[in-house]
Amino acid sequence: MSGEKDLEQLKKEAVAKAKAAAAAKRKAKELAESGAKEEEAAPAEATGDDLAKQKAEAVAKAKAAAAAKRKAKELAESGAKEEEVAPAEATGDDLAKQKAAAVAKAKAAAAAKRKAKELAESGAKEEEVAPAEASGDDLAKQKAAAVAKAKAAAAAKRKAKELAESGASEEAPSAEDDLAKKKAAAVAKAKAAAAAKRKAMGQASEGEEASAGGDDDLAKKKAAAVAKAKAAAAAKRKAMGQEAGGEETSGGDDDLAKKKAAAIAKAKAAAAAKKKAAEGGAASGDDAKAKAIAAAKAKAAAAARAKGGKASAADEPEEPKAPSPNQKYLDKYVEIIKKHLGDDVLEDSYINLLSKDVPTLVAKRDSYYKVAEFLKFNESLSFDYLSEIHGSDFETHMEVYAHFYSYKNRQSVALKVKLDRDQPEIESLAKLWAGAEWPECEAYDLVGIRFTGHPDLRRIMLGEDWIGHPLRKDYEPYDVEV
Amino acid sequence: MVRTEEILLNVGPQHPSTHGVFRLVLTLDGEVITDAKPVIGYLHRGTEKIAENLQYTQIIPYTDRMDYVSAMTNNYVLVHAVETMMGTEIPERAEYLRVLAMELNRVASHLLWWGTFILDFGATSPLLYAFREREMILNLLNELSGARLTFNYMRVGGVKWDAPEGWIEKVQEFVPYMRKQLKGYHDLVSGNEIFLNRTKGIGTYTKEDALNYSLSGVNLRSTGVKWDLRKDESYSIYDRFDFDVVTRDAGDAFARYECRLEEILESLKIIEQACEQFPQDGPIMAKVPKIIKAPKGEAFVRIEGSRGEIGCYIASDGKKEPYRLKFRRPSFYNLQILPKLLKGENISNLISILGAIDIVLGEVDG
Repeated sequence: MSGEKDLEQLKKEAVAKAKAAAAAKRKAKELAESGAKEEEAAPAEATGDDLAKQKAEAVAKAKAAAAAKRKAKELAESGAKEEEVAPAEATGDDLAKQKAAAVAKAKAAAAAKRKAKELAESGAKEEEVAPAEASGDDLAKQKAAAVAKAKAAAAAKRKAKELAESGASEEAPSAEDDLAKKKAAAVAKAKAAAAAKRKAMGQASEGEEASAGGDDDLAKKKAAAVAKAKAAAAAKRKAMGQEAGGEETSGGDDDLAKKKAAAIAKAKAAAAAKKKAAEGGAASGDDAKAKAIAAAKAKAAAAARAKGGKASAADEPEEPKAPSPNQKYLDKYVEIIKKHLGDDVLEDSYINLLSKDVPTLVAKRDSYYKVAEFLKFNESLSFDYLSEIHGSDFETHMEVYAHFYSYKNRQSVALKVKLDRDQPEIESLAKLWAGAEWPECEAYDLVGIRFTGHPDLRRIMLGEDWIGHPLRKDYEPYDVEV
Repeated sequence: MVRTEEILLNVGPQHPSTHGVFRLVLTLDGEVITDAKPVIGYLHRGTEKIAENLQYTQIIPYTDRMDYVSAMTNNYVLVHAVETMMGTEIPERAEYLRVLAMELNRVASHLLWWGTFILDFGATSPLLYAFREREMILNLLNELSGARLTFNYMRVGGVKWDAPEGWIEKVQEFVPYMRKQLKGYHDLVSGNEIFLNRTKGIGTYTKEDALNYSLSGVNLRSTGVKWDLRKDESYSIYDRFDFDVVTRDAGDAFARYECRLEEILESLKIIEQACEQFPQDGPIMAKVPKIIKAPKGEAFVRIEGSRGEIGCYIASDGKKEPYRLKFRRPSFYNLQILPKLLKGENISNLISILGAIDIVLGEVDG
């Protein structure tokens, strides 16, 4: 698919971010040790889900250690750069966004862990802000809060003030609706993570000195506020985007995306944790790891929920088909086919949500070969690869299912055709794709579909003396001895 | 007057160089092959038909017996298809165990191929080296799953067994060892003149041919198509690992040889990273219902197996058994190009050409 490469890039970036987060964590610790006045904002949230934070910290450490072993340096450097890039790309496509968000969250979680400790220790003045949001959806909020805290801590180290100011303004919108909140939380996490990373880097270079002082606390508070605000804004943006096109995945896709996002988030969190663990954090040990893991998962879950919520919200009003990321491809195929072959060649076309959202075309029996030929030779479609072709007996009708891939456009399409069960006959595709020859023999052998124009249609598996077609639902084994 | 006539030569079905029960009817003009007709189906067990009466979990052992040299990937494609339909989220630890198992199995599969490919040329000792290393992998997988070949390891929602104590460490020890051995393989075989004469420029086909014949895996990548489903349609957690897609441009038997050996290195990279990222603890099974029921509808998923693209199509009517199950078996598709490659070749190249395609007859015949 066309998005794959971008996805990879996003993932790489995400990894880089995770590493950056780890770096941030290191510094965060130092900061934590310094005063804790302004932390309150974050702490409040932290108190909300203390457990999660603790876990997150532990996990983060463990993971960080592992990651750190490899290329903490490179990652940190690359991570800073890529963070900024990533967001832009993320906006590009929803899947990418979801994943990016998840990653960001994971990173944020790692950061949060560091900070969470500090926060827990410090008071809980500023919590109020976070709590309000939290009431919307507790889990998401808690997670978001934790993340925000983490992020805030990182940010605080550097530019707590500025952030706080900006953050305040942005926070307001997020409170508006739960969905928005969830999204906002997720976003906030992501942003916070990004910020943390940036800061971490900056801190890494010079921040260590700064972290020690009382400034840190203030900075943290501010950072927290900022992080929240940003998160809220981001959440809103994402929510909109998702509603518009993000839910594309509406059905199984959404879930998939969520799963992936969650997994990624976890992985990233783990990586970050490892780095941290390696660098700083022997102290927390297994506890820390456990916590970190829990935190990462929680965040991922929150993200997933947020997304799910959005998706469903978007879907209900608009109808289920609106959201798939592949919808635009399907529309394109249908449009081109109709333009060139006329309106009556396709029986149906839809996105198969159960099958990774593959655009599916159902051709009319008489135009099946024409459509297949067109799919292969049309310049803008060029489905040059036949991945799979087989027949099935659905009792009411027979069906041939073919899966094509275009190496040029990196896009898949499924082509189906329904056949009369008593006369299952259809043109062979072997003239178009030599690779269809044996699979068509197999379909003939096992299901009994005759492919006209096939160069050598034979019983490829069972032998010419076999009676009946075993994969037909009405098949009765023939046994001479009975 | 010299009288000449075409000779019909029957190769197999029981012949060591066909790597299973595979029959080839050759028409020879002297030493030159003028026609080749593969006959398959000797190992057809009707897996897809049997599966229509089995619950999803019960089908998994049958997938072991398709590509029995790389059973983990077969396990995976089935559970992946069902999970895709159900929208199941797989626990972290299970994902890592799956990836480790699949990549170890991929290395084992390539090792077996390497050993037997060279053996077909008459060199006996490389096989012993390959099997020594493969044995270590099988032992590792045995510790994991309790079986050496037909693992029956994966389940819808996770894996059956957790890694035993110290297993990850053993895998980590294996990686550098295997890298070292691989260098030895190259020293032993890759520069050998006889070997090069029998593989370089033999069985060559173009990228267009490869796509036309629906080839996949190394058979496709050896013509320069940079395509690996692990990267290009990433599934499981492969997007977390840093590895390269190995390609060659020559499209001959030697290119495929090089690709496979280098893919071992790439798999080792993935294994190494997976060991580092391996979660300390956590569940190995997602919360799935006791009786797995795929939702009504159909799905087709494909993954990168050791021999190419393994696909699994499931049509479900919402019951606990699939209404229709179909595997896209890479060896079956890859073997189609054989008659085209053999036409006009000297008969002595048959072994090299067939061997380089790397078929497993259990998979060809389904």
